[in-house]
Amino acid sequence: MDISLQNVEYRYQVNTPFERPAIKDVSIDIPSGTFLAIIGHTGSGKSTVLQHLNALLKPTEGQVVIGERKIIPEKKQKNLKEIRQRVGIVFQFPEHQLFEETVEKDICFGPMNFGVSEEEAKKRARAAIGQVGLPEEILSKSPFDLSGGQMRRVAIAGVLAMEPDVIVLDEPTAGLDPRGRKEIMDMFYSLHGTRGLSTVLVTHSMEDASRYADQIVIMHNGEVYKKGTPKEIFSSPEGLLKLGLDVPEVVRFQLKMEKSLNIRLSKTCLTMDELTDEIAAVMKRGTAT
Amino acid sequence: MMDKMIFGRYVPAESVIHRMDPRSKLVLIFLFVCIVFLANNLLTYGLLTVYTFFMIALSKVPIRFIYTGLKPVLLLVIFTLFLHLFLTKEGEVLFRFGWITIYEEGLRQGIFISLRFFLLILMTSILTLTTTPIEITDGLESLLNPLNKVKFPVHELALMMSISLRFIPTLMQETDKIMKAQTARGADFTSGPIKERIKTIIPLLIPLFVSSFKRAEELAVAMESRGYRGGEGRTKYRQLNWGLKDTAMLAMLAALALVLFLLRT
Repeated sequence: MDISLQNVEYRYQVNTPFERPAIKDVSIDIPSGTFLAIIGHTGSGKSTVLQHLNALLKPTEGQVVIGERKIIPEKKQKNLKEIRQRVGIVFQFPEHQLFEETVEKDICFGPMNFGVSEEEAKKRARAAIGQVGLPEEILSKSPFDLSGGQMRRVAIAGVLAMEPDVIVLDEPTAGLDPRGRKEIMDMFYSLHGTRGLSTVLVTHSMEDASRYADQIVIMHNGEVYKKGTPKEIFSSPEGLLKLGLDVPEVVRFQLKMEKSLNIRLSKTCLTMDELTDEIAAVMKRGTAT
Repeated sequence: MMDKMIFGRYVPAESVIHRMDPRSKLVLIFLFVCIVFLANNLLTYGLLTVYTFFMIALSKVPIRFIYTGLKPVLLLVIFTLFLHLFLTKEGEVLFRFGWITIYEEGLRQGIFISLRFFLLILMTSILTLTTTPIEITDGLESLLNPLNKVKFPVHELALMMSISLRFIPTLMQETDKIMKAQTARGADFTSGPIKERIKTIIPLLIPLFVSSFKRAEELAVAMESRGYRGGEGRTKYRQLNWGLKDTAMLAMLAALALVLFLLRT
């Protein structure tokens, strides 16, 4: 399912002394099957953008097209359930949304809200719990007896069981240890590959963005600062550094090396392997181009 | 939805009311609550209304903001009005339609009592809109200080108050966040039959309770690790000072009270 934001503006608390714009003139296209990363500082408007993707927020200006549905400011929207089912959002700290007595019931909550039968929901729960890498025995436990990392996975399973076409992740690895982070990101990446799930990842981490995404959008002060493929974004890192945003370690290394050796490699490398190949090639030739 | 709530919300602005000592504001509100009951005819109620709107004007809080924020309370006021209209059976009959009979006294009392109610809400809203919660508790603590002599735990009470006031916005944000998360999972909070809607409260309330308990515990640990041990010998960073404008405001209220007392029937 394609999603497209066209010149979207959103103001919080319209008609109060607290009125302020959160995002303005944001245009982003998310064709079916894309892995898109949205990067920006806290308060840059990334979370606001994210809430437009399944019509939790209605733009105050511009329009959002989700599949065949068009969300515009003037019209009151009804029957948003279909959109909500097809676009699953995993919010930041999703473990805070757990409430049922057992893990199984909690995972079934989403699908059953969308009219799936109890039997089918339970089947999906079993499948989803496997996908997030937890044993099936956990289904009968109370979600509040689990560890933080397990709770996070259960909450993610709750969204996966809705079987969405698009999955939106708001800093899914915040507060996890490095191993947990990698496991969860790898899991989303493989889901993206095997199920053809469009994935939107909101993150601080340049490493994650450069490793997994095919498109990157950089947000700054509520506007789209830059968008493109990771290569395009990181080939001119000066702008990013000026905004106080990080660049991936590999890119940083390459920059430093280029500066101190006063050479220039032929391309910006995003992975360690790429960079070593490039360096090896330069050494073989004896000169950098 | 949460955007429009104005309870416990502070609107920063530069105004006389904002700069008043929280103690004088609290005393003023307390006295106002008493004085409201002095009014018993058109003229006195009129005076009270004028005074209230004068105070709103002084506070520089946009009236439209107060209006949208108080809309839900307005329903309650209207409900009070109708309750009196239908249930008071005194005075002459004004109007009869089927089983509905409206008496003169009912109309009079209905209007006056709901107006009184409305004015009280307005005045207390001005207090919370122009005073930060911390100022309110500081003021309260200072006003209640004499009670320390009879072993009343004034400081603890003030602390409890400031903690709960402090967490209202946090709780609101949390509610909003969880509502969104559950909506994204297909929960429907805004439509459907009442029975269904009551059920949708559970996915909202349980996470809210869980996080509140967790937060309370974290707060307790944080306070203890910073050596908190109650109010004994504790100095204050924020000093209260009572100025001329505070005395003037109270004097104005006293004058109003006197006039009301003379004009009431």
